[in-house]
Amino acid sequence: MEKIYSEEDVCKLHKSSPETIKFLLDYSKSLQVVEYKKFTFEQHLN
Amino acid sequence: MELQMEDSVLVKQYVDGDEKALEVLINRHNQKISSFIYSKVLDKDITEDIFQDTFIKVIKTLKKGSYSEEGKFLPWVMRIAHNLIIDHFRKNKRMPKFEGSEDFNIFSVIKDDKLNAEKQLIKDQIDSDLSLLIEELPEDQKKVLIMRIYKDMSFKEISENTGVSINTALGRMRYALINLRKIVDRNNIVLTN
Repeated sequence: MEKIYSEEDVCKLHKSSPETIKFLLDYSKSLQVVEYKKFTFEQHLN
Repeated sequence: MELQMEDSVLVKQYVDGDEKALEVLINRHNQKISSFIYSKVLDKDITEDIFQDTFIKVIKTLKKGSYSEEGKFLPWVMRIAHNLIIDHFRKNKRMPKFEGSEDFNIFSVIKDDKLNAEKQLIKDQIDSDLSLLIEELPEDQKKVLIMRIYKDMSFKEISENTGVSINTALGRMRYALINLRKIVDRNNIVLTN
């Protein structure tokens, strides 16, 4: 019988790693958006 | 029964400075968004990259206050992810990737001319040691050596520039090298990479 389904498991559930999430949370904490007149500045605080 | 806070409430809390709200949002939608990306790119690492880039855009937009809440946080994030997936495929189309196969690896044929980090450090050290040694040479020899080695000038150009004959320039270069070797030997300096 002809194989009609894809060989790749495209429906596989995937979750991004805790490291990626930690990076995003740290990124968010360090990012500050400052507005001055018409300008918007992004700054990262360490 | 655990009450689940609406996305819109969490978004508002995050915009108001509650970083914890972002964590809840990311964890809540991690699987949906990651699975969506994975279903398109079929690569775990690329999925992580696109997921990360998606939320970097989300964070920036929220912090800038450019997000207008219409109760559609997830569809909005999915749209960002979708656009980044398209960007990823466009980029790969412009720069096709060839990874080779099990019996043929492109990197066995093409070499990277650059030195590795350790060799580059050693080379930098040698270059800096050498420039100190050159400083020890008599002025006329130093001038010729710098013009020849560092400025890549011909002996004809050196002779025109210094106002001496080609033979004198050649002689000064020879003595410069002899003297350099003497200094190296005298001080037991190792100049090899």
